[in-house]
Amino acid sequence: MNYIFYFLIAASIIYAALTGNINKLSEGMFEGVNLAVKIAFSLIGIMTFWLGIMRVAEKSGMVSTISKLISPLMKIIFKDIPADNPANADIALSLTANAFGLTNAATPIGLKVMQELQELNTDKSSASNAMCMFLGMNTAGFQIIPATVIAVLAGCGAKNPADIILPTLIVTTIAFIIAIITAKILEKLWVPQNNGEFANDE
Amino acid sequence: MMNNISTLILPLMVLTILTWGMLNKQPVYEHFIDGAKDGFDVSIKILPYLVAIIFAVTVFRASGLMDFIAAPISHISARIGLPADVLPIVFTRPLSGSAALGLFSDLAARFNPDSYTVKLAAIIIGSSETTFYVLSVYFGSVSITKFRYALLTGLIADAAGIAAAIWIAHLFF
Repeated sequence: MNYIFYFLIAASIIYAALTGNINKLSEGMFEGVNLAVKIAFSLIGIMTFWLGIMRVAEKSGMVSTISKLISPLMKIIFKDIPADNPANADIALSLTANAFGLTNAATPIGLKVMQELQELNTDKSSASNAMCMFLGMNTAGFQIIPATVIAVLAGCGAKNPADIILPTLIVTTIAFIIAIITAKILEKLWVPQNNGEFANDE
Repeated sequence: MMNNISTLILPLMVLTILTWGMLNKQPVYEHFIDGAKDGFDVSIKILPYLVAIIFAVTVFRASGLMDFIAAPISHISARIGLPADVLPIVFTRPLSGSAALGLFSDLAARFNPDSYTVKLAAIIIGSSETTFYVLSVYFGSVSITKFRYALLTGLIADAAGIAAAIWIAHLFF
């Protein structure tokens, strides 16, 4: 991440200076920073609400019921998470929210999963295998109904905007499965955690 | 119809969770408040990570470097069924969801919305995620700085998604 962060910024500034784009870049800098604050603040309300709802689900036993139902599948994909851990159910809920395109619900639940996985993590500064798998599944962006895209197509006068639903579902499923397989393979190839600082640094 | 299902599912989830709590004789209000207390902290904790990633991405786009890198690739990509017009979306998608959607809206407005180019872009947007954003926010919330193979996994899945999108779009449209 250090290299990517540095390369993106350094190369961009040098390129902008060489092509005379430096004014545009300066403007973009502050726009970007303000946007980040805006996103973080807009999260506060939704975050608070969902963490409240999720606590109710946890305390009333709903989370553990879901955990039990999906535990055979979770044992295969996330072998490091104990079967009785609430992370199992929360991962399922997070992926469900994502699948329905409910970003507002998916982010708070996903962040809760990260906290639970961090408790199980042996090296608190580096990503555990379970985290890599969870985020791999997450970034593959499995979605059943791409509602926003359909809305844009409809707005532009497409004859049948809903005809992208099936192809999108096929593609998103392929990407999702590839993400799981990739994470499983890299888990074996990558340097294990706690094996020296530099070896783990991406 | 599909949109109705999407809007229905959220209230339904809330109703199910609260009803389940009541049926199990739980103090749902107290539990809610108890859990909600963490909301503010978690949101604020991700702020520095958000600023870092969004700063890097905005600078990359605003400098024109992204377009500069995309230009030579577009010659090759057009041959494998990925039109040059879709390429900026492919590059932007893992970095910024709103920017990618903006580019897509622009594309759909300029081109025939029923064309192969627009449909392909629609499938790519609908089937992928903002990989960089998700990683920085999720890892940021638990203060993890070493991503290990998480980024590589995300990018391989993105690449596989684009390849699959080209293939499926050819079959369907």
